[in-house]
Amino acid sequence: MKTEAKGNFLPLATVTLAIIVLWYLACIPMNAVLTTPKIASAGGGFANTLAFSWNEVRPVLPSPHQVAREIWNTVFAVEPWTIKSLVYHLWITLSSTLVGFIMGGLLGILLAISIVHVASLEKSLMPWVIASQTIPILAIAPMLIVVLGKTGLPDIFTKASISTYLCFFPVTIGMVKGLRSPDVMQQDLMRTYNASASQTLWKLRLPASLPFLFASLKVSVAIALTGAIVAELPTGAVAGIGARLLNGSYYGNTLQIWAALFVAAFAAAMLVWLLGEMEKQSLKRTGGKA
Amino acid sequence: MMRAAVTLLVSLALSILVAISFSRTNPPTAHDWALSFAFVICSWVCAWSLSWVADLTFPKAQTRWLVPAIFGIGIIAAWEAYVHASAIPVVLLPSPSEIASKFAGSLPTLAADFVQTILRAVIPGWLIGSGAGFLTALLCDRNDFLRRGLLPLGNLVAALPIVGVAPILVMWFGFDWPSKAAMVVVMTFFPMLINTLAGLNASGHMERDLMRGYGASWAATLLKLRLPAAMPFIFNALKINSTLAMIGAIVAEFFGTPIVGMGFRMSTEVGRQNLDMVWAEIAVAAISGSFFYGCLSLAERRVTFWHPSYRR
Repeated sequence: MKTEAKGNFLPLATVTLAIIVLWYLACIPMNAVLTTPKIASAGGGFANTLAFSWNEVRPVLPSPHQVAREIWNTVFAVEPWTIKSLVYHLWITLSSTLVGFIMGGLLGILLAISIVHVASLEKSLMPWVIASQTIPILAIAPMLIVVLGKTGLPDIFTKASISTYLCFFPVTIGMVKGLRSPDVMQQDLMRTYNASASQTLWKLRLPASLPFLFASLKVSVAIALTGAIVAELPTGAVAGIGARLLNGSYYGNTLQIWAALFVAAFAAAMLVWLLGEMEKQSLKRTGGKA
Repeated sequence: MMRAAVTLLVSLALSILVAISFSRTNPPTAHDWALSFAFVICSWVCAWSLSWVADLTFPKAQTRWLVPAIFGIGIIAAWEAYVHASAIPVVLLPSPSEIASKFAGSLPTLAADFVQTILRAVIPGWLIGSGAGFLTALLCDRNDFLRRGLLPLGNLVAALPIVGVAPILVMWFGFDWPSKAAMVVVMTFFPMLINTLAGLNASGHMERDLMRGYGASWAATLLKLRLPAAMPFIFNALKINSTLAMIGAIVAEFFGTPIVGMGFRMSTEVGRQNLDMVWAEIAVAAISGSFFYGCLSLAERRVTFWHPSYRR
C-alpha cells in the first residue's frame, strides 16, 4: 500500500468542483422541456438560456444555487420548531433513528454475546439472521408500520422498529467477529488465571471487540436513518424527512425534495462523524490503535 | 443433552400455558399483547432447544443443514400455533397456511410482479451499476488523482440515505421500470466502487514485485494477479449489491409505478387489508433474494476456492 504522503484536499476539491460544473451544465438540457418556450418568447440567446435553465420554479433538475437558497429558506430563515422548518422535520426523523439505533445496537450486542457463548445458538440462528437480511425489509416497511400502529404503541416506536431491524444485523456480525478476535494466546492466558466466562468477556473480549463494534455502528447509524425515512412513507405522515420527500414528490415541488435530501445527507454525515470521534476517544482509553 | 431436553420440555410447557391464556377477543387487549410477547420468547426457546437436541443427536455432516432447518420449521409451527391460539385478526397477522394458500392461488399475479420488478429492474440495474462501479474503480486505479478525489466522496455517498433519490429518478425516467433500474444503478454503484478499489490493493507486495520483475504491463498485472486477488472483495460487493438492488427496486415502486410490480402490490394490498397477499409477495421477495444470493455464493466458491475462509 502506498503511504499517503500527499493530502486528499486537492483531489477532493477538484472532483467536487468538477461535479458542480457538470451539474450546472446538466441543468440546461434537463430543464429544456420547461424552458424552451420561455427562452423562445424572450428572444433566444445564450444569456437567456442560462438564466431560465438555472432559475426555473419547478425544475426537473434544480441548479446548485437554487438548492442552497431553498435550504437557507427552510433551515435558517424560519424558526426551528415550526412545521415549515426542515430542522423540525429532521428532528422527528432523527429521534426515531436514534431510538431504533440504540435498540438495534443493544440487541445486536446481546445476540453476539449469546452466539459466542452458546454453540448451538450459532448453528440454528445465524443462517436465519443472514437469510432475514435477504428479505427487503424496507419493502415490507409499509405493512409493518400499519400493523404496529394498530397495537397502540407511540409512533416513534413503530418507526424505530424498522431502524432496529436494519441495525441489528451489522452490529451482530461485527461483534461476533470482534468477540472472537482475541489471540489464542490471550484466551489461554485468561484460562491460566482461572477466569470465568463472564470475566473473560468483560476483561478480554469486549475491549478487543471495540474497533469492530464502532465499524458496525457507523454502518448501522446510516442504515437506521434510511430506515426511519422509509418508515415515514407509508402512513402519509405529515412530519419528518420522508414525509417531506413524499410531499414534494406528490406536489411536484422539486426544490423541497432536493433540500430535504441534502439535509438528510448532512445528518447522516454528522452521525457517522460523531461515531468516529467516539471511537477515537474509546480506543485511546482502552489502549487500542487510534 | 440433559440440559437441552429439560429446556425443550420446560419451554414447550410454558408455550402451551401461554397459548391457552389468550382472551381471543377482537381487538386484542393489552393483556393479549403481553402474552404474545411471552409466547414469542417461549416458542423461540422451544424451537432453539429442539434444534439443540438435534445438534446433539445427529452426526456432524447432517447437522450443518438440519439444525437451522429444524429451527426454521419450529418458528413457522410456532407462528401457526400463535395465530390459532390467540385468534389474532387476519388483518394484523395471517397464519402460514393462509399465506401458502394465497400464494398458490395467485401465481399469475405474483409471476407478473416478479417479471416487472426482478427481471426488468433488479437484474439489469444490478449488472449496469456493478459494471459501472467496476470500470470506474479500474479508472481510479489507473489515475491516482482521481482515486484520491473520488474515494472519500464514494464513502460519503455510500453512507447517505440513497432511497431519497427515488422520487427524483421517477420524475426523470418516468413511472415504468427504467426509473426502478436507475434506482438500482445508483444504489449498487458505490459499494462496488469502494470494494473493488480495496480489492485491487489486496495483492501482496512480493507478488506485485514479481510481476514487475517479469516486465509485465499494467494490463497483464491486472489480469493475472490483481483481479484474481480482488475477487473476494468483488464478490462481497456483488452480494451486498444483490440485497441493495432488491430494496432499491421495491422502494422505488412506492413513488410511482404502473399497476404491476412487487412494491406496488405490497403497498396497495396493505391499503386493501389483504395481508396474506402482502406476505405472499414477501415470500416471493425472500425466495428470489435468497436464490440470487445463493447463486452468487456458488459462483464465489468456484472462483475464489483458494481463499482461507473455505478451509474446513
